[in-house]
Amino acid sequence: MTAIESGAALPKQRTDFLPALLPIALALAALPFVGSPSTWITLTVAGLSMGMMIFIMASGLTLVFGLMDVLNFGHGAFIAVGAYMAALVLAPLAAWTQTDSLWSGLAALIPAAIVAMGVSAALSIAFERFLIRPVYGQHLKQILVTMGGLIVAEQLLYALFGPQLIALPLPTALRGSILFGDAAVEKYRLLAVIVGLVIFATLLTVLMRTKIGLLIRAGVENREMVEALGYRIKQLFIGVFMAGSALAGLGGVMWALYREQVHASMGGELTVLIFIVIIIGGLGSVTGCFIGAILVALVANYAGFLVPKLALVSDIMLMVAVLLWRPRGLFPVTSR
Amino acid sequence: MMVLSGDRPRSRILSVILIAIFVALAFAPFLFPGSKPLNVAAKICIFALLVASYDLLLGFTGIVSFAHTMFFGIGSYGVALAIFNYGPTWSMIALGIIIALPLAALLALAIGLFSLRVQAIFFSMVTLAVASAFAVLASQLSWLTGGEDGRSFQVPPVLRPGNRLFEGEIFGVAFNGRVVSYYLVFIACVLLFLLLLRIVNSPFGRVLQAIRENPFRAEALGYRIVVHRTLANVIAALIAAAAGALNAIWLHYTGPETSLSFSIMLDILVMVVIGGMGTMYGAVIGAALYILAQNYLQALMGSVSNAAASAGLPLVPGLFHPDRWLLWLGILFILSVRFFPTGIVGRLRQGATKA
Amino acid sequence: MSALLTLSGVHTHIGRYHILQGVDFAVPEGATTMLLGRNGAGKTTTLRTIMGLWRASAGSIRLGDRTIERDATPDISRAGLAYVPETMAVFSDLTVRENLVLAARDAALDDTRLNWIFGFFPALKKFWLSRAGTLSGGQKQMLSIARAMVEPRRLLLIDEPTKGLAPAIVGALVECLMEIRRAGTTVLLVEQNFRVAQAVGEHVCIMDNGRIVHAGTMADFAADEQLQQKLLGLSLDTHQ
Repeated sequence: MTAIESGAALPKQRTDFLPALLPIALALAALPFVGSPSTWITLTVAGLSMGMMIFIMASGLTLVFGLMDVLNFGHGAFIAVGAYMAALVLAPLAAWTQTDSLWSGLAALIPAAIVAMGVSAALSIAFERFLIRPVYGQHLKQILVTMGGLIVAEQLLYALFGPQLIALPLPTALRGSILFGDAAVEKYRLLAVIVGLVIFATLLTVLMRTKIGLLIRAGVENREMVEALGYRIKQLFIGVFMAGSALAGLGGVMWALYREQVHASMGGELTVLIFIVIIIGGLGSVTGCFIGAILVALVANYAGFLVPKLALVSDIMLMVAVLLWRPRGLFPVTSR
Repeated sequence: MMVLSGDRPRSRILSVILIAIFVALAFAPFLFPGSKPLNVAAKICIFALLVASYDLLLGFTGIVSFAHTMFFGIGSYGVALAIFNYGPTWSMIALGIIIALPLAALLALAIGLFSLRVQAIFFSMVTLAVASAFAVLASQLSWLTGGEDGRSFQVPPVLRPGNRLFEGEIFGVAFNGRVVSYYLVFIACVLLFLLLLRIVNSPFGRVLQAIRENPFRAEALGYRIVVHRTLANVIAALIAAAAGALNAIWLHYTGPETSLSFSIMLDILVMVVIGGMGTMYGAVIGAALYILAQNYLQALMGSVSNAAASAGLPLVPGLFHPDRWLLWLGILFILSVRFFPTGIVGRLRQGATKA
Repeated sequence: MSALLTLSGVHTHIGRYHILQGVDFAVPEGATTMLLGRNGAGKTTTLRTIMGLWRASAGSIRLGDRTIERDATPDISRAGLAYVPETMAVFSDLTVRENLVLAARDAALDDTRLNWIFGFFPALKKFWLSRAGTLSGGQKQMLSIARAMVEPRRLLLIDEPTKGLAPAIVGALVECLMEIRRAGTTVLLVEQNFRVAQAVGEHVCIMDNGRIVHAGTMADFAADEQLQQKLLGLSLDTHQ
């Protein structure tokens, strides 16, 4: 901080708090419908944990779109690949995962997560080089070619690992629930919420407090001007793309553990949900993605309990409702 | 050329291929006896029409919508539910169509108007979400739609396999209900395809292309983009619904897998890209190529896979397993988007102008 | 005076449109050169082509002894060019401070220099930690120019800085441009406001239909009313 900054007058910013209140409002609104508080707590925690996982998967996608105007319809490939890598790593570590020790269980998950993130990031390099870069700027071809990438990736996973579901049991220490009075809260879900919050905090810190974050935020608004200021933003893009894909891989690991199964189709299946989340959040906004993911997950869980047949449709209706209120999402960041 | 509305193939090779396809389809029961080839032929007819209707959106209007299968499904379910609930008569088929078409049109209207409120990428993502929701609804409302299992039904007597239109055979083929159904499908598809050609070669079609090339300019010239795009959406939806109705009549069945699944949407995309976007004829070529590959390539792959397995090769059996045919098609699709953006038709036309 | 920037036979195509049709001129070092011309003559295109935002389809652009027409925009910027676009292009989501931090690149913000900038544009000091999106049009323009001034640069490319601004702010801008000129910075300035052009410019190049139709000193041009009428359709003395 220079001497000038300390003496500056600060007109108050009017931060946009309204969207942040939405999940809280939604949760409170659901309480009377759900009825019993203990069920409500279980559902809410389930929603929060699911939301965190979806946020982790979606955050990379929204940043990449905001920054480089690239919509990777094949983002699900990184999710699926991450999950398979975790299964691969955890298989020989059964000795660690099947003990009652929490630390031992976590210690097994960490290499699985790291390998998953690494392989997803590596795959993303290939994606960027062979699929995205050649058709840069042409949205139609981008959509088509990345969709093709998803198909090919899925099929390759089937070819390499077989078409059947692969079981991915949770480490024993993470199974089961903790009782808060009447409410049963699954241990794994608590872990998911913690991991999600840590990642969100890390992303925000990087975006708000580092030079790279500055470049990303500026680049999301006006890539050309950032280049005109002397920054080779294309390299930055590749870095962000890799980071986003690594996050997708991590999300894939967490989701697979949540469902205790791995299947290549999970990438495609989660794609719709992720798109809904980033549309609601506003393309390019990490905070929007966070709130959007929580909203979507809460809605899915409450609706799943109250009107099971309409769970997915309820998320669509949420999206339409948000778009009617703010046509570009909760926090539109880009100028596009 | 009046029949083709002045939209000539513009390439000798293309003309030859199209004529060959047309002849093969027109005389399929005679040229390729057996139920499987007839199935393949009918599917080619129906999908050529479906993909052509999608080309109206993608190729001529530049809109990427993932909700097209919805309209196909509406047509399919319309006919299926009408017959299932009220009996296999022609009037029920008509009823199904009369209900399905306006429904498809209304939905297309809603989607079309929505697309104007949001930007292009948004729109594509939203159509993806809406199509998924629709598919889920169809399988969840099982009291109405039969759920995952769909609805099986009888068809009007003249279309039933056991029924003979007349005694005796023509060129060794008995004109049973199957053959009659086939010609119903074939003729309907040809007529509707020609209608599409008429539409894209009309002033309306030219304005669509102008809008696709340069929306600002088109608007400055006085064309109302809203009206044209919405109309294009509706027309495409109506034809897709018609294709769906024909599909139901041919299969005597409708279900989420055969009419609403995302894999059908992918199939359509692959067909239109490989065939050639914005050409209409591309839809025919793409559909023929894809469906033939789907049915006959897998057998080929199977033998390669088995040979590789017995030779003890490591990865090859998995890569060539018949179920993995989508892998190779996906690769072909990517290569097509990157290196043959104008598709087969575009390529052939390019070759023709160079000569 | 030697030329810092030289364009020779530069053509630029945008889509089907042939905008620059053989642009030849030189920007003398240490002086302010005006680039004038009617709307649509190709002035903005020229600046953008120099910056590498649009690639020249033919011709050469030299900065000192280095050819830059094939270089990427970030490299051109680092060679010492600063660009103030017509659209200002301030980063709305970033604060004034963050905008300047970005512009300063690897260097830390220098107090002396900042004070100098605040001398012309006190609003930037006042709104130092405010999001740039909350600034008025004039204040954004100030920020855009400040970004080009936060570190010494070899050449400033400025595109219509006074467009749409209130006279009071135009006054502050002109003061700033005069000061930059006094400091010996090389500037290529596109400007529609002829009074500003006459006050600030030492050299002048007139563009029409993608070509330079006149180049010379501002003094000579200001004295020749006939030439002014012929090339610009009005004289420098006319009120805006």
